[in-house]
Amino acid sequence: MKPEGKRLVWNEYQKEIANDNYFYVRSCVRQNFFPAAEKTFLRYMKEMGRNVFENPSHTTCSGIGYHSDIVPFETAMTMVARQFALMSEAGYENFVTSCITSFGLYSEVLETWEHFPAVEEKIRGHLRNATGREFVKPKNLAHASDVTFKLRKDISKAGKYRLINHITGNPIRVVEHIGCHYSKMFPSKGVGGAEYPYVLIGMIEEWGGEVIDYPERRHCCGFGFRQYLVKANRGYSVSSSKKKFDSMKPYKPELILTNCPGCPMFLDRWQYAISEMEGTTYGENGQGIPVMTYEELAGLILGYDPWDLGLQVHQVPVEPLLEKMGIPYDPAKKFLDINGNSMGKPKPPSSMKFY
Amino acid sequence: MIDFGYTLTRDRQFDYDRGDLRYYRLVRSLEPSIDLCIGCGSCSATCSAAQFTNLNIRKLHTVIRRGDTTSIKAGLRKCMFCGKCQLVCPRGVNLRNLILALNRAIEQLG
Repeated sequence: MKPEGKRLVWNEYQKEIANDNYFYVRSCVRQNFFPAAEKTFLRYMKEMGRNVFENPSHTTCSGIGYHSDIVPFETAMTMVARQFALMSEAGYENFVTSCITSFGLYSEVLETWEHFPAVEEKIRGHLRNATGREFVKPKNLAHASDVTFKLRKDISKAGKYRLINHITGNPIRVVEHIGCHYSKMFPSKGVGGAEYPYVLIGMIEEWGGEVIDYPERRHCCGFGFRQYLVKANRGYSVSSSKKKFDSMKPYKPELILTNCPGCPMFLDRWQYAISEMEGTTYGENGQGIPVMTYEELAGLILGYDPWDLGLQVHQVPVEPLLEKMGIPYDPAKKFLDINGNSMGKPKPPSSMKFY
Repeated sequence: MIDFGYTLTRDRQFDYDRGDLRYYRLVRSLEPSIDLCIGCGSCSATCSAAQFTNLNIRKLHTVIRRGDTTSIKAGLRKCMFCGKCQLVCPRGVNLRNLILALNRAIEQLG
């Protein structure tokens, strides 16, 4: 099979992404994993002149419980209906999610209602009985990475830095990893479909980087919900991540870019765990491969301070990438909080290079 | 090294591009009915030797087709040639001759 032909087929998988006035729902876990990612999204959206509305009453979409076989689908649909009700009450019709699993669940619920209108009516009844609320379905559903993809040229224009090694002039070699729930369940809901999702590639190319292809590119990051949530199963999770690292290592990636809450968490944390379990590191000279969310990378491109982006809480140090891109940073401020007080310094890993 | 309470599991993915298909080709030349197998496992289910040993005819068939030669020899000599596998095979694979052909392949290829 000719890969060019496949790419051509998947090129047809494009989606409409609203241009302004978004109702934004946060992830229930991301602020613990990468604390400034969502804040950074809101920051550059404001700078790009876009209106993003948040309602602090919104809850988890329950996708994490649904995919862990804890929350039944009917309950999940009712919770999703409540989120839509909050959007309708605020007068918005473009729904943007921070989380990939939320995006997958919202897509699944809307698709279910499309094919089974009686189920939608039933859920409307559940919501009415429980909260007295009504809702209008969103006119446009997008993930925050879709919106960032749409704004990638504006970000590039306003940017101070590029994904280019400022010493050699070569593009930074980037592995992109798309969350499974972005387009593997509903290929038509993602930019570029399931096999060649273009959402992160578009950003990398626009910002000057080089995208790396490797055999296990579409393999799961290892989160897999039940693989991780039960401690006894975590060997499956870390082994899945290791499979990806082993596969990408020969291509010498300098950055892993992700658009899901779980993927950056596991591709980042498991590099540390593997280094402690068997002494293996996957970057150059005993370093790890830095892992970033698209918001953090957009923030770097736009010249935000790396420590304002929360990059100090990454398990794999990001300094090698900052140095390659020529982004200045103050090592003395790495572990200071917003008021200049020390947050405490983590114990250096035994195998991975620490800064 | 830190013990986190879980371990890395060895990757069991098999790379078909790296398989050693010499055994498969030789056995197929001696017993072409090997290609009729649908992997139903009736042979293994009725195998007299499998009750007491690690002989597993279906597994043998699988590893030969994959070119995974490391486990071909396991249990092969335990076959008693009773022929029950051949009686139940829904595809009419000549299993006794298959075992003989495999023994011959091992003699030739090591």
